[in-house]
Amino acid sequence: MADFKVHQRDGEGVSVIDLKGYLDAHTAPDLENAFQRLLNDRKFNIIVNCRELSYISSAGLGVFMAFIEDVRKNKGDIKLTNMSAKVYNVFDLLGFPILYEIFKEEQEAIKRFSEQKKS
Amino acid sequence: MSRLAKKLTKTIQSRTDNLLQVREFVLEAARAFGFSDEDASKIVLAVDEACTNVIKHAYHYATNRMIQVVIEPDKERFQVTVIDDGKAFNPATARLPNLKQHLTHYRRGGLGIYLMKTLVDKVEYDYTPGRKNEVRLIKYLSPSTSSARG
Repeated sequence: MADFKVHQRDGEGVSVIDLKGYLDAHTAPDLENAFQRLLNDRKFNIIVNCRELSYISSAGLGVFMAFIEDVRKNKGDIKLTNMSAKVYNVFDLLGFPILYEIFKEEQEAIKRFSEQKKS
Repeated sequence: MSRLAKKLTKTIQSRTDNLLQVREFVLEAARAFGFSDEDASKIVLAVDEACTNVIKHAYHYATNRMIQVVIEPDKERFQVTVIDDGKAFNPATARLPNLKQHLTHYRRGGLGIYLMKTLVDKVEYDYTPGRKNEVRLIKYLSPSTSSARG
């Protein structure tokens, strides 16, 4: 069953990962592979758009933890956008807003990356 | 009285692709019991975390072992028991990580246990070494959080 999809889009200086469906212990490796490909391509400015993400468990959250250090060492960041309230609540329960910038809209994250580039 | 009153059981093989059907099984029962969508989702996630722990830690990703999920509604108490016969691990006594410290050191382990304990009212654990481990996740229906029941 195709219960999870990862789609990558490349913009100017920013890569966007669109997530769709259920991110759990079964599907987390798909997201890991997507992050790994971006790092191999030395793309470190990453936006994860969660508009169509219906569900996340700790296995999915762990993927973000696995890559954030490497991304930031390379002066990049992982920013999250467009979360439903249900998905945001899980991120919030685990204190992720301390560590990650979370925006309502993708455009805000793109703007933030360009501001950070200038400074 | 809650609508769901009977005991329900589901048995799956220890594969992560079976988590989806466990979630659907628990969601349907939690809603039928009278939980709001928000609380039903919390129970579902806690059970997902318990089953994932079994697959990972009790069975070390062996895909041919069994996991039993038993739902026992009792008045205002909704109990989900996750049963396996793998290596014993007690999430009930596992130390909760200091989240801020945990996150700022980029640690990914332990988040599932934290979620389980946060999402339900009680986590209990029983084991018979080498034979059976049981994790019981208990959530109470409170009038303020339940859905309107007809």
